[in-house]
Amino acid sequence: MTDQNTAVIEEARDERLKQASFLTRLMRRPELGAVMGLVIVAGFFMMVANPVMFELSGVMNFLAPAAQLGLLAIGASLLMVGGEFDLSVGSMVAFAGLIFGACVVTIGLPLPAAIVLTLAFAAAMGFVNGQIVIHTGLPSFIVTLAFLFILRGLSLVGLKWATGGATQLRGVREAATDTPLDAFFYELFAGEAFEGLFAWLAANDWTAKFPNGQPKVTGMPVEILWFAAIACLAAFLLTRTRYGNWIFASGGDANAARNSGVPVRRVKTSLFMVTAACAALVAILTVLDSGSTDARRGFQKEFEAIIAAVIGGCLLTGGYGSAIGAALGAVIFGMVLIGLTYTAIDQDWYLVFLGTMLLMAVFFNNIIRKRVTGER
Amino acid sequence: MSAPIVEMRDIEKHFGSVIALAGVSVTVNAGEVHCLLGDNGAGKSTFIKVMAGVHQATKGEMLVDGKTVRFSSPRGALDAGIATVYQDLAMIPLMSVTRNFFMGREPVRGIWPFRHVDFDFCDRVTREEMHRIGIDVRDPGQAVGTLSGGERQCVAISRAVYFGAKALILDEPTSALGVRQTSMVLKYIDMVRKKGLAVVFITHNVRHAIAVGDRFTVLNRGRTLGTALRGEISAEELQDMMAGGKELAELSDELGGTV
Repeated sequence: MTDQNTAVIEEARDERLKQASFLTRLMRRPELGAVMGLVIVAGFFMMVANPVMFELSGVMNFLAPAAQLGLLAIGASLLMVGGEFDLSVGSMVAFAGLIFGACVVTIGLPLPAAIVLTLAFAAAMGFVNGQIVIHTGLPSFIVTLAFLFILRGLSLVGLKWATGGATQLRGVREAATDTPLDAFFYELFAGEAFEGLFAWLAANDWTAKFPNGQPKVTGMPVEILWFAAIACLAAFLLTRTRYGNWIFASGGDANAARNSGVPVRRVKTSLFMVTAACAALVAILTVLDSGSTDARRGFQKEFEAIIAAVIGGCLLTGGYGSAIGAALGAVIFGMVLIGLTYTAIDQDWYLVFLGTMLLMAVFFNNIIRKRVTGER
Repeated sequence: MSAPIVEMRDIEKHFGSVIALAGVSVTVNAGEVHCLLGDNGAGKSTFIKVMAGVHQATKGEMLVDGKTVRFSSPRGALDAGIATVYQDLAMIPLMSVTRNFFMGREPVRGIWPFRHVDFDFCDRVTREEMHRIGIDVRDPGQAVGTLSGGERQCVAISRAVYFGAKALILDEPTSALGVRQTSMVLKYIDMVRKKGLAVVFITHNVRHAIAVGDRFTVLNRGRTLGTALRGEISAEELQDMMAGGKELAELSDELGGTV
């Protein structure tokens, strides 16, 4: 028994010697580009920006928008690895916001029912997207581009219907906290978490306080928690589960995957549903946070989400990418968007940065992919 | 002698008004390589797709282990032990060797929310199987795109063997390969045969067929031109049957006997 064990260990050690070098293994990680980008951007702002940015309150400031974009980007990255695009996620945020607002305010449903209904409705739209793409064989780019306009239009029309002429629906917060049950669910999707912990940290002088003794940061915005949780879930799903392997396979070569017994159609359809549900989650979080919904919500977010996914290492051709990378890509975005306000730089440079970053990421990804896969 | 592993009787396949197969019969025995030869458009691909469950025969009977079967999908054929290795559609270059090897049949462990693919096990099996066929996979985590064409083909075949195939259909496994790579694949086909599997080897290269084949069936325009045993037929005769003989012989003379 002992001999056998030793033999096994020796064999394992031998095999390990044959394994690729640390550098090659690192290069093989799709999120490498995003990590490097994050380091560079963080380094830049540490030098240039007001140091307040990297205090706890500043970090919370840039993580909050990063979280909203990140939830979209994670959905987009899963779908991109699966070989498809969804350009309708931005409009889906507005549309899901409308559904959610109408459920809570106009119909007066209890909050948990409204949340479930909104997610289900978004998933149903994702299902429709997926089915059209699969059955027509059209590029998802075109199909979801159509839905970008359809859903945006429906949001406008629907909001006017729900409010009697306005394109903004108010009073969500009041309607969403009117019963104890609602109030409980409201806490899960809005406001801050860990207030006790943050108060305690401040009381012990480990984090900053205002002169009157109140902590500067009273808690962690819940969307950051949702973002972190969904990022971990997506990463586990993609890299460790059978479904994740099927996503890679479906995006890498749908035909080969099908021949190997992977249910490609089901995988792709479910990914469209997941992406749409991610958009709906963002809608719920932001609508509860602001207490109102409007038809411009999520405008152009589909592009930012796709850019974040690409920065995170997703290939436009599918079959390769990372959910964690997309999440990091979103953090880069948040850091730049908010970070610029801590500097003397004009905020509108943000858009220039967006385009440049996309170009660099695609360029970088192509080089990496060729090196990793030996493609010529 | 026991029943052949796969027997196809008078298979016909019509696509609308086009008759792709007009009654093809082929018998595949265990431990035998049955070469299916034919020029482009002879019906080879259609025939193996019927065998693999991709197409359903319009007429004719298919028997596996002596029992009549009818496959409605590739999954059905796979479950019956008939695995097909397609020439270029077998592997996903961006995915690791391990992920490709277990694609669609990933072993899982753990209880539901934490159920995950047992990648340690997968890596180990992949490394062992690769070692067995003499491919030195430095790291099973490396992408399939880094393997050579012959290695990819061998990985695809060993995957089918590992998952318990009784009959292997190899769709032109050597047609895109160089000489050394081809011999690697042919050697592996021989190993598979010695393990007692039935192999259907589709090719239009007579020399590759002669190298490993036990039986040779030539298809032409959706029909069988007959089946010959090893030793009964020469490479030249096979070549003539495939190409309809004459023209190629003339061409061969013109080119100084190189075709």
